Amino acid sequence: MSDSPSATTDNLSASTDQVMGRGFRLLGRGMSEQRFLFTISVVGSVVYGAMTVADAWVLGWATDHVIRPSFEKGEMVKGALAVSVLLFMTVAILRALGVIARRLIGGIVYYRLVADYRRRVTRRYLALPMSWHHKHPTGQLLSNANADVEAAWAVFMPLPMAIGVIAMLVAAVVAMLLADVVLTVVGLVVFPALFGINVFYQRWLSPKVSHAQSLRGDVSAVAHESFDGALVIKSLGREADETARFARHAEALRDANIAVGRIRSIFDPLLEALPNLAVLAVILIGIDRVASGAAAPGDVVQVAYLFTVVAFPVRAIGWVLGELPRSVVGWDRVRTVLDATGEMPYGSRELDGAGPARLRLEDVRFEYEAGTEVLSGVDLDLEPGRVVAVVGATGAGKSTLTSLLTRLVDPVSGRVLVDEVDVRDLTHGSLAEHVAVVPQSTFLFDDSVRENVTLGADVPDDGVWAALRAVQADGFVSALPRGLDTQLGERGTTLSGGQRQRLALARALVRRPRLLVMDDATSAVDPEVEQRILAALAEHTADEDGPSVLVVAYRKATIALADEVVFLDDGRIADRGTHAELIGRSADYRLLVDAYDQAREAGDLA
Amino acid sequence: MTTKTEERVVDPLDAQEARSARLTGLEIIKRGLALSPAIKDGIGVTLLLAMLSTVGGTVVPIVIQVAIDAGLGEGGHTDRGEVHLWVGIALALIAVTAVCAYAMRVRLFVASERGLTQMRVQAFRHVHDLSMLTQNAERRGVLVSRVTSDIDQVSLFLQFTGIMIVVSVGQMIVATIVMAYYSWQLTIVVLVCFLPLAVSMKWFAERLSQAYDTVRRTVGEMLAVIAEPVVGASVVRSHAIEARTQRRVDHGIDANLQANVSAQRLVAVTFASAGVAGGLANAGVVIAGVALGVAGGLSMGTVIAFAFLVGLFVGPVQIATQVLTEAQNAIASWRRVIDLLDTPADVVDPGSSAPPLPDGVLGARFDHVTFAYPGGPDVLRDVDVEIAPRQRVAVVGETGSGKTTFAKLLTRLMDPVTGTVSLGGSDISTVSFDELRRHVLMVPQEGFLFDATLRENLLYGKADADDAALLAVVDGLGLSDWFATLPRGLDTRVGQRGESLSAGERQLVALLRSALADPDFLVLDEATSAVDPQTELRATRALERLLEGRTSVTIAHRLSTAENSDRVLVFDAGRLVEDGTHAELVDAGGVYARLHASWVAQSRLDH
Ligand SMILES: Nc1ncnc2c1ncn2[C@@H]1O[C@H](COP(=O)(O)OP(=O)(O)OP(=O)(O)O)[C@@H](O)[C@H]1O
Ligand SMILES: Nc1ncnc2c1ncn2[C@@H]1O[C@H](COP(=O)(O)OP(=O)(O)OP(=O)(O)O)[C@@H](O)[C@H]1O
Ligand SMILES: [Mg+2]
Ligand SMILES: [Mg+2]
Repeated sequence: MSDSPSATTDNLSASTDQVMGRGFRLLGRGMSEQRFLFTISVVGSVVYGAMTVADAWVLGWATDHVIRPSFEKGEMVKGALAVSVLLFMTVAILRALGVIARRLIGGIVYYRLVADYRRRVTRRYLALPMSWHHKHPTGQLLSNANADVEAAWAVFMPLPMAIGVIAMLVAAVVAMLLADVVLTVVGLVVFPALFGINVFYQRWLSPKVSHAQSLRGDVSAVAHESFDGALVIKSLGREADETARFARHAEALRDANIAVGRIRSIFDPLLEALPNLAVLAVILIGIDRVASGAAAPGDVVQVAYLFTVVAFPVRAIGWVLGELPRSVVGWDRVRTVLDATGEMPYGSRELDGAGPARLRLEDVRFEYEAGTEVLSGVDLDLEPGRVVAVVGATGAGKSTLTSLLTRLVDPVSGRVLVDEVDVRDLTHGSLAEHVAVVPQSTFLFDDSVRENVTLGADVPDDGVWAALRAVQADGFVSALPRGLDTQLGERGTTLSGGQRQRLALARALVRRPRLLVMDDATSAVDPEVEQRILAALAEHTADEDGPSVLVVAYRKATIALADEVVFLDDGRIADRGTHAELIGRSADYRLLVDAYDQAREAGDLA
Repeated sequence: MTTKTEERVVDPLDAQEARSARLTGLEIIKRGLALSPAIKDGIGVTLLLAMLSTVGGTVVPIVIQVAIDAGLGEGGHTDRGEVHLWVGIALALIAVTAVCAYAMRVRLFVASERGLTQMRVQAFRHVHDLSMLTQNAERRGVLVSRVTSDIDQVSLFLQFTGIMIVVSVGQMIVATIVMAYYSWQLTIVVLVCFLPLAVSMKWFAERLSQAYDTVRRTVGEMLAVIAEPVVGASVVRSHAIEARTQRRVDHGIDANLQANVSAQRLVAVTFASAGVAGGLANAGVVIAGVALGVAGGLSMGTVIAFAFLVGLFVGPVQIATQVLTEAQNAIASWRRVIDLLDTPADVVDPGSSAPPLPDGVLGARFDHVTFAYPGGPDVLRDVDVEIAPRQRVAVVGETGSGKTTFAKLLTRLMDPVTGTVSLGGSDISTVSFDELRRHVLMVPQEGFLFDATLRENLLYGKADADDAALLAVVDGLGLSDWFATLPRGLDTRVGQRGESLSAGERQLVALLRSALADPDFLVLDEATSAVDPQTELRATRALERLLEGRTSVTIAHRLSTAENSDRVLVFDAGRLVEDGTHAELVDAGGVYARLHASWVAQSRLDH
């Protein structure tokens, strides 16, 4: 049905020239961030390249000083033979060390960059405001931190090798020059040709690779959403339609991948054939050179051998150029997170009061989208130790109101004051320490029951159990296989809706907040348990140091706990007073809160 | 699992993974190819082309041998004709090789992409067929990676790594044959030099696969904690636990970094040892070659050509050791996808051949049904109840008493461990899904919406409805007033998971969606728990009118529903403890009477 969960990625792919330019800047960034290790890996790679060339030189030397003399004399030239064996082994061992430095250290550079940027991206997630989170699909954010970060730095895997290869090519040309100037010409033609073909190849390829990458993102987003909504899809019997929707995306990705594959199929064999052709050219020219006495056979062998040994590594340059477009696309996606601004500035004031807090809202206005006010001029005064109920129809703005109190969002205008301090002037920690919100829907962490309640705060088990008792959750928690240590989430137990909700309540209570905000927090709990929770809560609030309470509720038992009721209607405070007063004077309020009784009285209900 | 009596199945996917852990890499590949046959389309020709494409490289040393023996070596007289002939042959072979390589690759790309897309779509569908998906929300992230990154890994393997292995082995074989043709003695020298590497390879491979197991485990753990700042964003902010969350995330990232570095260490050493073996072989060839040559058994061209052949041998060996690690990874991914596909769909669609349900409104029956979630205790015990057609049943009970589980069994989102659930007289597991979903519909508490417009979300209920039909249902449920507050009407975008709507609004949309689907057996699981009482009463009564004469099962903590139903079922700790009309149960003075008293205490507080 909806075919574009993340059509946003396409506009990120830019023209090819820009891609190359930006790709090289990206390389520069990574290199400078991992300067030290990267240098070591490049040194290793250069050693490797140099030793590869040296290998050919040793073979040439062995041809001229060992093999030919031995064949000519008819006996082994022992001294030179020993030297050549030594040379072969030294070169091989040095090359192995070079390889280790290149691959291991080069690998570490890559993994560190990835880890580092994962940290940065997740830090941004933690810093950016809820309004930003609302605008970005979960699937996309997860892939930004995972696949995209990896794609951005993937080019660093072949990079040290490619740089080493450049050194190797220089060494190869020098070695050729030393061997024979004329044969070098072959090298000077072939190497630039290799490079030129590579560049051309990558230019042709990169837009197609970017396209495939963004389609890959779509496939992942569709899968994510579809599995998320599995229950709905299954109960509506829409599996086949969902599969068709997924198949459409998967097939688009397939076609894009095949398009990339067709181009690769042309160039890879071409790049493989070129060095072989060069060897043939060297031999053709070499025969004449040797015949005319201008070159020694060893020189020809060495130059020819150089082409064979260089042939494979040279392709590393192609890999780098091939990865670049994908890296740039990945980087662009990562950067949209890193560059996103609008994090909430927090103030520097701390609240130092004890006992229940005072909450005041002054002419608060809020809108999610410009032009549609969800809260319009809300004033509210919650005196310390009192309980205020917010009542209003579905969509009236109650949850929005509660989200202002812990600054999940800030008002467009007006102020929210705790103990007469604007919440925007408070430090983040201070606000959370004094105000606890139980949200309408529960999120549990992939962690133990204890950690889910304490959230890392230093609370003794007694305290945890006390909070669980207050919300009638001690029973089912002690029945869990490992009590407080039971793991919830991916590798743990799944709880029923009401059980989850009660853990969220305990989470708020255990922090002993001075202002407790509950957003319809007992909706999934049966009436009996709810009664007991409310009784415990009433006891708690009656205490000297119990919290002030703001509670969003429909049930009269909850409302009855309140000293004052605020009736919210379409983002405005329509009325306020005690429950009895409102029942007496507000028809709308009566219709809303008394709906069940009216129905019962009208004889509608049993 | 160390339990003695292992009667409870654990998570079926885990069980499948445990079973397949014994399969070797080759067996996995075989199974994988069997599951996506398109990969094998024309595989014979492709492999033949792959073999042919190894020829080009091998011809070059032959030309060198000819050139050296034809004149380069002696310096004076040269037989150019022969060299030219061989260069010509080599040119032709290189050209053929390139063409073969091109054709091989295109075929491979097309076949593997087709095959893997098949597999991707199959796996996606299979995930939807696993009841696990609806039981265990937390595993969804893992399942997403099965149809995305795991398949991507396999495609890399088939298109690059796998073919590199084939080509490398081919080159090694061809190089060995050519070497043996020139001199079997030197060939033995070369092979002996590579022997230690071949022997140690097994050890390396085992270590590598362990190392990559660790990598994979840490990846899973890392992904889980990285999801926290995203999925739990508002909780993290409200409780100011950013620092703690970051610590957890950092910990996951670091563990993954460490695991990767350890694996990389092994990779580097493996790769380097192939190079050392190459150096050893070169030295050996020179010593043995000269010794043999002096004895008159070899030409100088042969000895030099051998050095080239060793190069041709070392290259592939190095590539093979390198891609071995990638292959390990890819095969592990493949194994995971195969495990998913091989996990039997526990709730199986008997297909369209199954006999259709009888016409008319149906009733349902639970026949001594017991249910337990994988690895857990019984959550429903011996439930035995019959729901007559057109009955309006309310289900109540404490939280965690098994109501949702009951609803899921009734709609066959899961199957009972023992006992049977039947619908209209037939065992529900013999009813085709199409038929079942046409009759029975469950509306869960969480009003999940798709990130699309309101219209598109409603169409999930009935794909061919037009706008007029949609608006008629809005009106029918008495929600026109609410609908009028949406500035963009049916074009309102609801946000991901529907989060741009309020919780109650999401439930209303889900309700509208189910009204459109027009089932004749409706199961509502706290479907209006977040809706205000006035709207709830209006909407649910309108729904009843719309679905007049249908069967319904409603789970709600607001007992107004129970008061208004034909019959009330009360669950307590997994057992059906009470069954009767509202009035009967109130008089009986049991669990229901107590629950109802609390409810009345709440709702009549000031009366
Ligand atoms: N996916 C699951 N895996 C394992 N255990 C589960 C799962 N879902 C529920 N349970 C357990 O099964 C029991 C019954 O859960 P169920 O969801 O049926 O309760 P419920 O009556 O619907 O409760 P509520 O009123 O809170 O929604 C609970 O103890 C719960 O912890
Ligand atoms: N993220 C959002 N983006 C745009 N609009 C939103 C967003 N969240 C809520 N709204 C709109 O703001 C209004 C108020 O929503 P809010 O969630 O505060 O209602 P509520 O009173 O809590 O309702 P309920 O009783 O259903 O929970 C609704 O009309 C809703 O559609
Ligand atoms: Mg709300
Ligand atoms: Mg439930």
